[in-house]
Amino acid sequence: MFNSYDILETIGMIEREHLDIRTVTMGISLLSCIRENADATAKAVYERVTKCAERLVPVAESLSREYGIPIVNKRVSVTPVSLITASFPKESAKIALALDRAARGLGIDFLGGYSALVHKGTAEYEADFLETIPEALASTERLCSSVNVGSSKSGINMDAVRMMGRIVKKSAELTRAQDGIGCAKLVVFCNAVEDNPFMAGAFHGVGEADAVVNVGVSGPGVVHHALSHQPDADLTDAAEIIKRTAFKITRAGQLIAKEAAKRLGVRFGIVDLSLAPTPARGDSVAHILEELGLGVVGCHGTTAALAMLNDAVKKGGVMASSRVGGLSGAFIPVSEDIGMIESAERGKITLDKLEAMTCVCSVGLDMIAIPGDTPESTISAIIADEAAIGMVNNKTTAVRVIPVPHKTVGDWVEFGGLLGRAPIMPVHDGDASKFIGRGGLIPAPIHSFKN
Amino acid sequence: MKAVVTVSGTDRRGIIAKVSVFLSEKKINIEDISQTIMGDCFAMIMMVEMSDCGEDFALLAEEMEALGREIGMSVRIQHADIFDAMHKI
Repeated sequence: MFNSYDILETIGMIEREHLDIRTVTMGISLLSCIRENADATAKAVYERVTKCAERLVPVAESLSREYGIPIVNKRVSVTPVSLITASFPKESAKIALALDRAARGLGIDFLGGYSALVHKGTAEYEADFLETIPEALASTERLCSSVNVGSSKSGINMDAVRMMGRIVKKSAELTRAQDGIGCAKLVVFCNAVEDNPFMAGAFHGVGEADAVVNVGVSGPGVVHHALSHQPDADLTDAAEIIKRTAFKITRAGQLIAKEAAKRLGVRFGIVDLSLAPTPARGDSVAHILEELGLGVVGCHGTTAALAMLNDAVKKGGVMASSRVGGLSGAFIPVSEDIGMIESAERGKITLDKLEAMTCVCSVGLDMIAIPGDTPESTISAIIADEAAIGMVNNKTTAVRVIPVPHKTVGDWVEFGGLLGRAPIMPVHDGDASKFIGRGGLIPAPIHSFKN
Repeated sequence: MKAVVTVSGTDRRGIIAKVSVFLSEKKINIEDISQTIMGDCFAMIMMVEMSDCGEDFALLAEEMEALGREIGMSVRIQHADIFDAMHKI
């Protein structure tokens, strides 16, 4: 027997409310590809990725047809590349080119894992690797990079934070013809997770199996729609509505993840419960917050509303999936969310409010365009603040800011597609260079000692 | 395998007939059917069993969409598991 209401509800979610599987991401270990030199390693990497993920796109497309639910992105994440180029770090860009070529051949839009994990200290080979990031991002189209600079267990590597300020700036400079798009593909993490399917921060952790399938679900529009039917519900009831909706969304993700893993002959990794917005109208996390009663996202009350949303999404999602992981929560990128863009345009949301919001939700300062003349040390300081929030609160935080070359407050930047558009937002002009210049390690917080 | 066929659009004569004939030609058996008309709007849901249908699902889904265009309705077929997953614990 079937229930007509349930069937029509699902179809309505897909057709009108943008319910989709945001990404099916295959994680692939590259550890077996290490060879005696960069050229041989690049060749092995190319062969491994193209062979492993050969059927990723056709399998995802047939699943999409059979279940009638769009699968928006097909992606690959790999072992942090700094680990496989440790013997020849200065030639890491050769691996970058091989990965980009593999991504093009597979027909996937992004491949993540040009990454380094330096949360406790930067080895010499890692410092050399980090220096290759701007060039690697400028010379590739689909490659994404991430660097983990801190963790709750180890503290914050402030030498790496200082370096990343410079690397973010240089990435923007080298891609200035496209408004610094290199920075849209570079994430600086604290407490990075090893099974995140979402870009630009996806990489395949060394603790993972040889190859896995991780799935990221989405559906801000579905949550928004469900809440709009109960405009007078109190917040307990609103949380319940979100929870129930998140459950349904995640179950769709779980089904696709299991089936994709089966057909691809690899393990099912995790379902990431995130609410990921797109610049399309009706697919906005900001609009959910406004539906809850905020006049405009960014006003006082936003942090509380977001905390509730984020928690309810997790509660519903955890019940729906046998394996939950990744970043799981609500994403609040600025340029990728129409509600955020509109609020930023009106000057109603600031970097400071966004920072506060990152204390209670998934990830961090994401896709924020800032003036091109922002000093390196200020970018490092933004990264340090965000890493501190992650470290102290035992959560993942990240910074993906774009210092848009030759643009300043009042200008706009257009990245197009899923990366969207945004006004340049102001940053504080006070000088943090002495603080950043000190370097060293911010020790791990006292509550990290749990043994 | 079980699938769900949904047909919606402006009501007119012969919708069920056309869809049923198509399914029968494809050796797909209709196990349950429900239909409602709200104003001018027609909505029909069929639960079908397709183990005798040898055709590739993606191709079948495209043919059903084409049938929909021909009769001026939206016609879709989906694996039943998606509904079970989302609505049953």
